[in-house]
Amino acid sequence: MVPMSYFVGLSAVLFAIGVAGVLLRRNIIVIFMSIEIMLNAVNLAFVALGRRLGSMDGQVMVFFVMTVAAAEAAVGLAIIIAVFRNRETVNADQLNLMRW
Amino acid sequence: MTAQFPALALILLFPAIGVVFNIFVGPRAGRNAVNVAGTGVIFAAFAVGLWAFARLLAMPAGAALEVTLWPWIIADQFHTAIALRFDALSAVMTLVVSGVGAVIHLYSIGYMAHDEDYARYFAYMNLFALSMLVLVLADNLLLMFVGWEGVGLCSYLLIAFWYGNAQFAYNGRKAFVVNRVGDAGFILGILTMLSALAAHGVWTLNFAGLQAHAAMLAPVATMAGLLLLLGATGKSAQIPLYVWLPDAMVGPTPVSALIHAATMVTAGVYMIARLHFLYALTPDAMHVVAVIGGVTAFFAATVALVQSDIKRVLAYSTISQLGYMFMGVGAGAFAAGIFHLMTHAFFKGLLFLCAGSIIHALKGEQDMNRMGALWRRMPITYATMLAATLAICAVPGFSGYFSKDLILERTFEAGDEGLWLLGVITAGLTALYMFRLLFLTFHGTSRVAPDKHVHESPPVMTVPLIILGLLSVAGGWVELPPGWLWGGAFSRFLMPVLCRSRSQAAHGAAGGALGVVAMLATLTGFLLAYILYIQSPALPGRIAARASALYHLLVRKYYVDELYNLIFGRFLFWGSTNVLSRGVDSGLIDGIVDGAGLGVEAAGEVTRRSATGNVQVYAFVYLAGAVGIAAYYVYLVMVR
Amino acid sequence: MPLGVFIFLAALAVTSALGTVLQRNPVHCLLALVVTLLAIAVMFIGLGAVTVGFLQVIVYAGAIMVLFLFVIWLLNLQAELRTSPGYLALKALAGLLCAALVAELFTLLWHAPTAGGAQAAAPPGYGSIEKIATMLFSDYLISFEVTSVLLLAAIVGAMALARRAPAPQHASPQAAAADGPARPEGA
Repeated sequence: MVPMSYFVGLSAVLFAIGVAGVLLRRNIIVIFMSIEIMLNAVNLAFVALGRRLGSMDGQVMVFFVMTVAAAEAAVGLAIIIAVFRNRETVNADQLNLMRW
Repeated sequence: MTAQFPALALILLFPAIGVVFNIFVGPRAGRNAVNVAGTGVIFAAFAVGLWAFARLLAMPAGAALEVTLWPWIIADQFHTAIALRFDALSAVMTLVVSGVGAVIHLYSIGYMAHDEDYARYFAYMNLFALSMLVLVLADNLLLMFVGWEGVGLCSYLLIAFWYGNAQFAYNGRKAFVVNRVGDAGFILGILTMLSALAAHGVWTLNFAGLQAHAAMLAPVATMAGLLLLLGATGKSAQIPLYVWLPDAMVGPTPVSALIHAATMVTAGVYMIARLHFLYALTPDAMHVVAVIGGVTAFFAATVALVQSDIKRVLAYSTISQLGYMFMGVGAGAFAAGIFHLMTHAFFKGLLFLCAGSIIHALKGEQDMNRMGALWRRMPITYATMLAATLAICAVPGFSGYFSKDLILERTFEAGDEGLWLLGVITAGLTALYMFRLLFLTFHGTSRVAPDKHVHESPPVMTVPLIILGLLSVAGGWVELPPGWLWGGAFSRFLMPVLCRSRSQAAHGAAGGALGVVAMLATLTGFLLAYILYIQSPALPGRIAARASALYHLLVRKYYVDELYNLIFGRFLFWGSTNVLSRGVDSGLIDGIVDGAGLGVEAAGEVTRRSATGNVQVYAFVYLAGAVGIAAYYVYLVMVR
Repeated sequence: MPLGVFIFLAALAVTSALGTVLQRNPVHCLLALVVTLLAIAVMFIGLGAVTVGFLQVIVYAGAIMVLFLFVIWLLNLQAELRTSPGYLALKALAGLLCAALVAELFTLLWHAPTAGGAQAAAPPGYGSIEKIATMLFSDYLISFEVTSVLLLAAIVGAMALARRAPAPQHASPQAAAADGPARPEGA
């Protein structure tokens, strides 16, 4: 049997990779994908710790996280389309209207 | 015994409706709507007052109607509510305020017929009626204070009604500031009483509650009484705070009649009568009240002798008559003081309205030296003014006779012979200056500018004159000398509320003799006025020239304004300009404010560099925060 | 789940996640992401969360990834060109911080009381559709219903955002000027 800490450790590594993706990439779509990696890392921790405790609440949380992720993807991609239409770019560096 | 009577709230609701209507709708609704609404609401309040009065008469003596509208301040043990109380004293005041008020509102329709700002005028007048009714109906000192401040505000607004004139606006401010001094005394008096009661664990400012615990007030009675008296002298224009009232005459004349003669200025007398149980504990404070009243009465009467502005004469006459009322309540004759308050509201209100009628006819002329021989052209005004003059001079049968006589008699009975003598002399002076006014305006030779077309006022102004004229004649008949018909009905009505604090001895033979002396003084005054202003009109000028020092002293009003200006005005002005304005405000406060602004600006100049607009930079900062928080948890784990 | 299988899946997930973050062509990134998601789905099933594992495949690898693909094609995105390096120092720092984060999480995990030891024996029916459905419709009913509102809002929002601005000839000139091209959701 695999100790639970292995799963949680894997979850931590995947999460950090996702964070790095958000910070390092300029393409908004890839940033979005990195966010999905972070969400999945957290899901993995939920399921693994739930299994350790013999509880299924973690799995219900994963269900909700997936729902939110789906909603977020739909709205987020729509925003990307709208932005692309106006600015002709999906480069995060060039989307700096919040500047002083 | 008390009974709930929710309709009392209507007495306040109607004027409140008038205020809201005249402020928000009035200017667009037109003159007729404003006239009807502004006047109608006061008549409606008067009608409700009569209804409540009928209910009160049907109940046993000493009863009161009450209604609690809503809780107001609830702080630990101290509870106070917006609650109204309609007992005999409040009943008299309510009927006088709403009744005389309604008549004067009616008169205002005619007086303000040519003024463009009629909606604002009626809004202020309704607000005044509302505040005054709150003052007299309040069942606790705090709510009374609300009304007290409200009437002060309305007084200021209406004195400075024609604010385009800088002098008028200044006079309004003067009234407001002088009243502030008195109001400070009033609120300190309230707090003194509250702290004395709180020491015994009693937290109340209800009049009923205060009266029930009057014994606890005994240690502070003199101090509280004198502080409250300071408040009363401010509002009721007594020495030393009377200086604002003569200058208040620049407001529209109906305002002078309603606020500065009939109602607001009597608030101080009402307050002392309302707190009679407090003053009963302290003969010293009572004596101070009586002395202030007597001295003010005499002092103001002397100044009234030489003034040439018709409204100023009446203003000093008001101060003098208020002095009589203070004399009365100071002698423990609270009912007599309130009685004179009522009759004074009738005849002094009428005198001002008559003066207003004359001023209206002469297109704003107020100087009596430019009047004369008007009686043929203004017969109704002349007849009513004559009635009011006879009433104020206490001619037997007229209303003023009963009330002023009662006060003088009670003062004598209380053992203050000196004050009584002062009162009698003042009665003679009253006759002198009132008939001087009457003769100078209506008799003698006409000194009216020839281009003025003098005419009698329209019915909307003369009907109020006639109503108040009838009341000036008959208003005193509610309190006849004992043994006559219904006798002292007014005193009996008020007695359960005001209780007998001093000798209520039967009017003995002394009463008759005292009355004769006072009457002789009045007659002397009348004869002097006749000789000086009808028989030989040149004589006053010669007397003034002979005794020029005295004359100037009187014309300049004993130089009190100059004295106050020197003592308080200069000193305060210097301090305000140099210390507070230049030093504290410009230097300290502005420095702090500017410094804060500059500091923020500088900080923003630095920190705005961090706002690059790049989302990833922001996310980086976010991550740094998250790592920091996680580091804190790591630290916790490691330590454990 | 045998240790060997876990190591294989973990290596697959980490490698493909790195691939997602590091590749330059968005379509390649997407394909690598799908591999990560599938590896995690298998782990879910191995942990007894059968239902959630299949949902992961259907919802993530199926629906959401297809959506991403469509958007990439719609916008006709090519591989990123190497432009200016941008905030290079910042990016180096960001990498360091990510490493620090992993180190911190591992430290915490090491000290966590529940982390060590073998997993408990799964009760019968653990992770089945029936059990999940029972929980969703009892304990989590309100959350579940609120989720439906969230999805509805997301649908409406996505449609409103992605709609094209109306053609100028259909709108009056004033309205078009007032709305401006920057607000495609207008009118």
